[in-house]
Amino acid sequence: MKESIPLTWRRIPERYTLLGTQCETCGKAYFPPRIICPQCRRKGKIKKIKFSGRGKVYSYTKIFVPPEGFEKQAPYMLAVIELEEGARVTAQIVDTCGDVKIGSPVRAVFRIIQRDDPEGLIHYGFKFRLANDT
Amino acid sequence: MTRFGENWEKGFRDMVTEAGINAINDAGISGEEINAGFVGSMASGTLIGQEHIGALLADYMGLNPTPITRVEGACASGSLALRQGFMAVASGLYDIVVVGGVEKMTDLGTTEVSTILGGAGDQEWELFLGATFPGLYALMARRHMYEFNTTEEMLAAVAVKNHKNGAKNKYAQYQNEITMDTVLNSKMVADPLKIMDCSPITDGAAAVILAPSEMAGSFKKEPVNIVASTQASDTLALHSRETLTGLKSAQIASAIAYKQAGIAPKDIDVAEVHDCFTIAEIMAIEDLGFFKKGEGGKASLEGRTSLEGEIPINTSGGLKSCGHPVGATGVKQIAEIVWQLRGEAGKRQVKNAETGLTHNVGGSGATTVIHILQKQR
Repeated sequence: MKESIPLTWRRIPERYTLLGTQCETCGKAYFPPRIICPQCRRKGKIKKIKFSGRGKVYSYTKIFVPPEGFEKQAPYMLAVIELEEGARVTAQIVDTCGDVKIGSPVRAVFRIIQRDDPEGLIHYGFKFRLANDT
Repeated sequence: MTRFGENWEKGFRDMVTEAGINAINDAGISGEEINAGFVGSMASGTLIGQEHIGALLADYMGLNPTPITRVEGACASGSLALRQGFMAVASGLYDIVVVGGVEKMTDLGTTEVSTILGGAGDQEWELFLGATFPGLYALMARRHMYEFNTTEEMLAAVAVKNHKNGAKNKYAQYQNEITMDTVLNSKMVADPLKIMDCSPITDGAAAVILAPSEMAGSFKKEPVNIVASTQASDTLALHSRETLTGLKSAQIASAIAYKQAGIAPKDIDVAEVHDCFTIAEIMAIEDLGFFKKGEGGKASLEGRTSLEGEIPINTSGGLKSCGHPVGATGVKQIAEIVWQLRGEAGKRQVKNAETGLTHNVGGSGATTVIHILQKQR
């Protein structure tokens, strides 16, 4: 779905710099950011943290039938990445020939996610690359 | 219910009215006794541009000024509507309640529909980044294969079995049997899920009538008791869950349901489960306690969930073969179990079925609704 300009603008810090949150009470890290810690609820104390972008592949798939806005990218690898701080994220894995496995180390890279029509907005965010690739 | 399928000649209001009238006729009531209604629809606003469907339904079913309320919980909208109706009758507020589920999906193209269905997941943190629903279930399938050696043949066995059942159901979208080769050689959608691992895009509606047990005996048809109605929530995004190989919402909702009904998984004679993708049925039969975690794939391949097996699953054909008009699916599951418990399921009848279960999932598992139905003794 085409994302609105205010929504994209609002999410810039999280999507550009992997800015998430962590609960000081239980230590659990969350990405995307949360206002309350679901485990500690009112006893929780949320602070902002910047994720390193290093992690491992927890599960992966190759998308052959893409949603609107991703037609030119398909087929592409999509994965659940476990970040080294503990939180997991959904993201594409790019610049790889398909040798992705569960457990493969990866690192976040800054990329174009979607592009509206030629005159429209460019939506940026994170994708991942295999950490061993140069 | 209506036949599920590509109902080009029928609109949203035609289908919901047809299903409602069929349910009223089946119960043998006139319609004037109806005190209230609940209707489940996931995305009528984006699929056909129509909101306010409670009012539409009351109007077109000739039920004005009876209050009818729409309920939404993605693909679990239908059984959520049933649960609202159940609670309204159980509380004593109303006696006779009509519950419907409906979706009109084929007026749009596949890409548009898939994008709309994506709204059942996390729009900002899954769909925006390139996820699709087949993609999310593929992530679960890959992990299930990694942890339990589940194979593509095991996934395919679910589709083959459900088509075999759907071929015996006159309401099903696809009434044809398929072979394992057909599934394994079908087009890849999201590796390892192929097009024949996926439920289709469907139009359809289903409806049921609820009444207090002591009153239901006076109706035309043999009533069926709802002995458990439960619902559980989990994180909206798949990646936020502890595990990807099962749905915690389904495990919790079913555990509470068994307790409510005072029975165990082994007491279930027939079940309708949410096989939006083949892996979903494998996880469901594990989450519901019919098989141990990790053994659902093997059980499916061995035919233990077939019509002749120890626990027949998706006798209607499931979402795969009967079709998946998202808002209608949960109510269709109830209708199928009612027919099974009354002995009206024809060629797909499970012998001596006395207790049945429905398992209806919203999104990738953020909502699960469970109902257990029992023959009145």
